[in-house]
Amino acid sequence: MLPERYHRRMASISRDDVEHVANLARLHLTDDEIDRMQTQLSNILEAIETLRDVDTSHVGPTASVIQLENVMRDDVATPPMAREAALANAPVRDDPFLRVPTVLEEGR
Amino acid sequence: MSELPLADRTVTEVADALRRGETSSRALTEACLARIERDAERLNTFLSIDADAALAAADAADAALATDGAEGPAARPLLGVPYALKDIFVTRALDAEGDALPGGLPTTAGSFILEGYRSPYASAAQEALERAGAVLLGKTNCDEFAMGSSNENSAYGPVRNPWNEETVPGGSSGGSSAAVAAGEAYFALGTDTGGSIRQPASLTGTVGIKPTYGRVSRFGMIAFASSLDQAGPFTRSVRDAAVVLGAIAGHDPRDATSVDTPVPDYVAALTGDVRGLRLGVPREYFVEGMEPGVESAVRAAVDALRELGAETVDVSLPSTDRGLATYYIIAPAEASANLARYDGVRFGLSAGADELWENYTRTRGAGFGPEVKRRIMLGTYALSAGYYDAYYVKAQQVRTLIKAEFDEVLATVDAILAPTSPNVAFRIGDKVDDPLAMYLNDACTLPVNIAGLPGISVPCGLSDGLPVGLQVIGRAFDEEMVLRVADAYERAAGFSDLRPPTAGA
Repeated sequence: MLPERYHRRMASISRDDVEHVANLARLHLTDDEIDRMQTQLSNILEAIETLRDVDTSHVGPTASVIQLENVMRDDVATPPMAREAALANAPVRDDPFLRVPTVLEEGR
Repeated sequence: MSELPLADRTVTEVADALRRGETSSRALTEACLARIERDAERLNTFLSIDADAALAAADAADAALATDGAEGPAARPLLGVPYALKDIFVTRALDAEGDALPGGLPTTAGSFILEGYRSPYASAAQEALERAGAVLLGKTNCDEFAMGSSNENSAYGPVRNPWNEETVPGGSSGGSSAAVAAGEAYFALGTDTGGSIRQPASLTGTVGIKPTYGRVSRFGMIAFASSLDQAGPFTRSVRDAAVVLGAIAGHDPRDATSVDTPVPDYVAALTGDVRGLRLGVPREYFVEGMEPGVESAVRAAVDALRELGAETVDVSLPSTDRGLATYYIIAPAEASANLARYDGVRFGLSAGADELWENYTRTRGAGFGPEVKRRIMLGTYALSAGYYDAYYVKAQQVRTLIKAEFDEVLATVDAILAPTSPNVAFRIGDKVDDPLAMYLNDACTLPVNIAGLPGISVPCGLSDGLPVGLQVIGRAFDEEMVLRVADAYERAAGFSDLRPPTAGA
C-alpha cells in the first residue's frame, strides 16, 4: 500500500517538504537554497517518476551486484590506530578526548 | 620511442626506456613537474603536489632500477613511472604518533568540508602503487565527493580541458583525465560511480577503464555510493590501462565487497585479434539528442572492428532509458548515508556552534557545495518514511531488470560497443544551472555501474576538434575481453598519438 501522498503528483514538493528533509539530513539551508532546492528537486523527482511505469511486480530488489555472503574476518586483535593519529584531525580536542557541545544538559 | 615529447609518451614507452637505461625516473618526474607547473593556473588539475617527495621517490626508483637489473623492473612494470591520484583516495599524511609525515599529501575529496584533512592511513590504491614502485606526483582535482560530470562542482575551482580551455574535462575525475591528456602524469587513478572515469576519458581523448565492481579494493576511497563505486586508471593507451589495472586489482580483506578471484595477466590478453568475436551494438545507446559527430565517430569505430573480423550485431537493452532515474535514486540514497559522517566532530570543518544539533546542521550547511546538498536531499527524501518503497525499493527492482538485460545480451555476445558520452566536451558554465541536463551526460555510462560490469572508453576520433570515446562493455570480471577489443581497435584506428594542441614540450 503506497502512502496517500504518493497518489498525488509527488514531483511537486512543498517548501515544508524541503525543510523536513533538510532537518532529517541535518543540513542547514538558507532561504534561497530552500527555494532553489524546491524547484530543482521537483524537476529531478519528476524525471525519476518515470520508474512508476515499469512493471516490477515479480522482480526482487538488487542491493549489490555481487553475490557475497556475510564476510567475516578471524576474531584476532590487531593493533589499533594510535590515539594521537586518530585525534590529529579533530576540530576541537580536549586531550585525550574529542570535545563536542553538551549533549545532555543537567536537569533536563 | 615515439617522436612525442618525453612527458607525452605512454607508460609502456617510458617503462621500456627506463629498463634500457635511456632515461631515468628523475627525468620523467621532472618532465611531469615542469608540465604541472607550466599549466597550473591554466588547467587547475592538481589540488596538492609535493615535488621534493616525488623526486625522492624517483631517485629511489632509479636506484632500484640500477640494482634490480633486467629482471626486477620486468616484474614491476610501473617502477619509476610518475602518476597522480584523484583526491578521493586517502594518502598517508600522518605517522603513528599523529605527526605530519614528510611528503604526506592532504585529502579533500574536492570539498571544503575536508580542507586540510591529513589521513592517518593509506588507501589500498596508494599501497598497491607504492609496491609497484610508481612515483606519486600529487592529488588531482575532482567534483566534490565525486558528484558531477564536469568538475565544476569542486570547491577548489573547475578543471579546464587541455583540448580547449573554455570546455570541461568531464567529471568527476576531471583532474585525472586532464592531467593525463596534458602530459602532467603518465597515468592517473580515478573513481567511477556513474561514469566518472569513462566520461572524462572520452572528453579528454584518454583511455579510462572502470573495472567490475569488486575487482579493485575500495579501501581508502572516500565513499560516494558504496554499491556502485570502483577505482580505475586513466592512461594514453589501452596497453597502459592493462598494466596499471594489473597493479591495482585483487582481493583486499579490508573491503568486504572486494572479490577473491585471481588477477589475470591483462597485457597477455591484448592479442590484437578480434576475428570471430561477436560484438553487440545496443540501439538504445544511440540516444535522442546525441551529437551527430559523436554518433558518426562511434559508428565508424563499430565498422572498423567489423573490418578487423569481428561480427557486429544489433542488440537491445530496453531498460536503458530507466538507468538515469534508477541511478539518481540509488546513488543519492547511498550518498546521504555515507556523508552522514561529516558531522564536525572527528575531522574536517566544524562550525563551532554552542549546541550539538546546531553544530551538525551549520557545519554541513557551510561545508558542502550545492550539488552535494542536492544529492543528500534527494537521497534522504528517497529513504524517508513513506517514500522508501516507492523510490528506493522500486529503483532496486529496476536495477535487477537492467542487470538481467545485460546478462541476457552478454550471453550471446562477447562484448558491447556503445558511445561513452552522447556529446563532446561542453563549455564551462553551460549546464551548471540545470542538474538534469548535466545528469544526462552519464546516460550511456551509468547503466554499467548499475549492473556492476567492466567498461572502458577508448578515443575514436574528433568531432568539432574535440575527442570522442568508444565504450566497450563486458561481462563481470572479463576485463580481458574489454581490453582486448579496445586494444585491437586502438591499434587499427591510429588515434593513440592523439594529444591536445596545448601539449608539446
